[in-house]
Amino acid sequence: MDTALYIIAGVLFILSLGGLSNQESAKRSIWYGIVGMGLAVLATFMSGHVNLWITIPLIAVGAVIGLFLARKVEMTEMPQLVAAMHSLVGLVAVFIGINSHLHGIAHLEGVEIAIHQIEIFLGVFIGAITFTGSIVAYGKLSGMIGSKALTLPGRHILNAGAIVVSVLLMIAYMKSGAMFPLIIMTLIAGALGAHLVWAIGGADMPVVVSMLNSYSGWAAAATGFLLGNDVLIVVGALVGSSGAILSFIMCKAMNRSFISVILGGFGNVASTQGEIDGEQVAIDADGVAAALKDADSVVIVPGYGMAVAQAQQGVAELTRRLRAKGKNVRFAIHPVAGRLPGHMNVLLAEAKVPYDIVLEMDEINDDFPDTDVVMVIGSNDIVNPAAQEDPGSPIAGMPVLEVWKAKQVFVSKRGQGSGYSGIENPLFYKENTRMFYGDAKASLDQLLNMIS
Amino acid sequence: MIIGAPKEVFAGEARVALTPASAADLAKLGYECAVETGAGLLAGFSDADYKAAGVKVHKTAAALFKAADIIIKVRAPEAVEVKRFEKGQMLISFIWPTQSEKLLEQLKKAGVTAMAMDMVPRISRAQKMDALSSMANIAGYRAVIEAGNNFGRFFTGQVTAAGKIPPAKVLIVGAGVAGLAAIGTATSLGAMTYAFDVRPEVAEQIESMGAEFVFLDFDEADAQDGAETGGYAAPSSPEFREKQLEKFRELAPEMDIVITTALIPGRDAPKLWLKDMVEMMKSGSVVIDLAAEKGGNCDLTVMDEKVVSGNGVTIVGYTDFPSRMATQSSTLYATNIRHMMTDLTPEKDGKPKVNMEDDVIRGATVTHEGEITFPPPPPKIKAIAAKPKAAVVEVEPIDPVAVEKAKGKKQIMILALASIALLWIGSVAPAEFFQHFMVFVLACFVGFQVIWNVAHSLHTPLMAITNAISSIVIVGALLQTGDTGFFIKLFAALSVLMTSINIFGGFAVTRRMLNMFQRS
Repeated sequence: MDTALYIIAGVLFILSLGGLSNQESAKRSIWYGIVGMGLAVLATFMSGHVNLWITIPLIAVGAVIGLFLARKVEMTEMPQLVAAMHSLVGLVAVFIGINSHLHGIAHLEGVEIAIHQIEIFLGVFIGAITFTGSIVAYGKLSGMIGSKALTLPGRHILNAGAIVVSVLLMIAYMKSGAMFPLIIMTLIAGALGAHLVWAIGGADMPVVVSMLNSYSGWAAAATGFLLGNDVLIVVGALVGSSGAILSFIMCKAMNRSFISVILGGFGNVASTQGEIDGEQVAIDADGVAAALKDADSVVIVPGYGMAVAQAQQGVAELTRRLRAKGKNVRFAIHPVAGRLPGHMNVLLAEAKVPYDIVLEMDEINDDFPDTDVVMVIGSNDIVNPAAQEDPGSPIAGMPVLEVWKAKQVFVSKRGQGSGYSGIENPLFYKENTRMFYGDAKASLDQLLNMIS
Repeated sequence: MIIGAPKEVFAGEARVALTPASAADLAKLGYECAVETGAGLLAGFSDADYKAAGVKVHKTAAALFKAADIIIKVRAPEAVEVKRFEKGQMLISFIWPTQSEKLLEQLKKAGVTAMAMDMVPRISRAQKMDALSSMANIAGYRAVIEAGNNFGRFFTGQVTAAGKIPPAKVLIVGAGVAGLAAIGTATSLGAMTYAFDVRPEVAEQIESMGAEFVFLDFDEADAQDGAETGGYAAPSSPEFREKQLEKFRELAPEMDIVITTALIPGRDAPKLWLKDMVEMMKSGSVVIDLAAEKGGNCDLTVMDEKVVSGNGVTIVGYTDFPSRMATQSSTLYATNIRHMMTDLTPEKDGKPKVNMEDDVIRGATVTHEGEITFPPPPPKIKAIAAKPKAAVVEVEPIDPVAVEKAKGKKQIMILALASIALLWIGSVAPAEFFQHFMVFVLACFVGFQVIWNVAHSLHTPLMAITNAISSIVIVGALLQTGDTGFFIKLFAALSVLMTSINIFGGFAVTRRMLNMFQRS
């Protein structure tokens, strides 16, 4: 009976992820996920091994906390929330692994013991990396920790050393069956996870988050092996592969090798880029408003700066007003805009920007030459022409939005500093570019006063 | 030194190479200026105007040639004029060196340094002295005016109490400078303007002037790249020509005015508007052939004349359009000459320096120091930045079968290796583990297949929902709460708490996000 329920739950989870292929079916797919989870938990209760007195109140408390967080969280804080949740999955995997150890191996024999021990070890290892890595990622995303890549001397050797020591500890653990090597390994894995994420620069954060997502899936799968539970294995594998694909997509969007991002190869590369001639020309809100009024087609390129300034409502209002005037307003979203895959889409959706005018890079890149005005709001690296023009640039070869091909480009930016990755942006010096300095939200409010 | 502008001897030529305004500018370069009496009369500049500008007026051409060191003219010198040259004198005028070898020989013998205004290379720096462009601009404008003069209707469409007037339809063939000027004039008069050119890259210029580009459906490979020929058109292939004529035949019955400007440097004008096309046109239509001097683009063109075809189509073959607007064209031409002098006189000391290292001066100089210096070597700077030819990518022969085979081989290899590994695990691991492993591998595959289809914009909800469902580890935690050990119970309880936060929070936040997505 419970196995049947597990199978149904597994199918529902697959449907749930598959349903995310478009916005309409996505709304249905979430219910598949919820029902699947409910069935899995129900099946577990039915097994008779569960202490209801402890679990039901705890689930209730967890539900209250979870729902409260979900309601309260700002959409701009989504990356932090996701990272925080990953850390919980990691920690739980560690606990379950250690519990299995405490439970003992009396009921097993022969090669089963070895397999069981490897499973415990792997589950705890992945769980610990996920846990500390997610916590560091949370810190970086919420601004508690500097987003700069931390590059310890010989960091690759440190990482490799940590893995080698962990393997040795596993052998010791299998020999002795004592808890000590397990605990030491947990600490080492924790340090490794923190270090891995610490070494990754802020611009690569979307990759990190999806990578941790993947880890949390593998941790769940390892737990599934440990407990001999197929539904855990299925879900873990689903989540693990999903995160891996997402990371892969992100890396491709940045023209970065997956391995080098994970190992923290990027961040502070010594750049050989050439000097940029010309100067940045500023413009005030009047000028931008006039240009917007004259334009027939407008493309808005949002970036992390929009999220930081919480400017998405202003952007949406501006869009509504321009559209009411019959102008063709669209959004161009770079795959790595923001700090989370699809971050910008969520923010714009929150501000009620219709999703059918929000386009991906490949869909809109060819349209820039026919565009009158491009508004770049708080994005930098993803519109940097150096990626195409300057082979010496650290981001050379990364696909970018070709905004400079439009007739006019306005860049809303806080000041003259360079972007997240610390690279100069020749776009700001182009003849058809005007800099609209100021906090994105304040700038948009000014514009809204002039465009009614 | 003295710059002298004689009266043009060519019959009907009204232009003059020096205007009072340009004389004043040349004086600043240290030159004295002189004209033959009546030189500017037809262009609207009297001798008194010249005198007022400090220009000396000579009674005869002979006297002027004697006095002046530099002769500036519009048309190439005629035999009578060539005789008057003395050794060491300089000549600046249109010369057309390709078609006038005899003249070059004579100039060489006379020891004249001759600069051909028509040989100024087409590079940005030399635009200010590009007399061909300034004359073509006038020709294009004048062609439309001439067409209007011979056309019995308005250009612009009007709806009046006396009836509705359709707009005139104008076709411009050849969008060089003259063609573009004609497009601009015709559209500003209100005509519906269409334009054709063999160089596809000018489509943008045509559209920018307000005309519709007549698109020829032809294989790109054969289309011309104007950058290779210095911005000029080159002869086209017979197939292309056929297509082109076919298109013209299609357009001919509709067009009220056709202005042809197609010229290929150093060749006779291509015949583009054939007899049958003229016959297809409506009575009262007009064809202006700006290529008449080179034989004309239209079959029926008679050089320097206006003829009417059997079906009432007027065909204008005038070759003196710039001369018909002598004041304007003289002003522009004189300015071009003045710019040329500026380049020739870097010291502003009234002494020209023929610097043969300079691309522009080298290109224009056709005889110098008793030598014929035509044709010039190719300019160091390309006329128009040549389009980088699409990088020739070494495309491996794309044989889908082979690719699939290679893929298949690779896949089989991987599968084989994986199977061996699995067999090994199967031999040592208990059956139960193996079953789980099977499930794991299949689930990974399903995951890969499913996730590829997830919309990019839904990646954040995807992460939130995967996060929620990866909290399925609650199952493990739940089972462990039934255990006996205190620590086990404690850890399990904490795990249940944390995972349930995750489950409820994850699903709720995903739902919140998804609900925000809406269509416009």
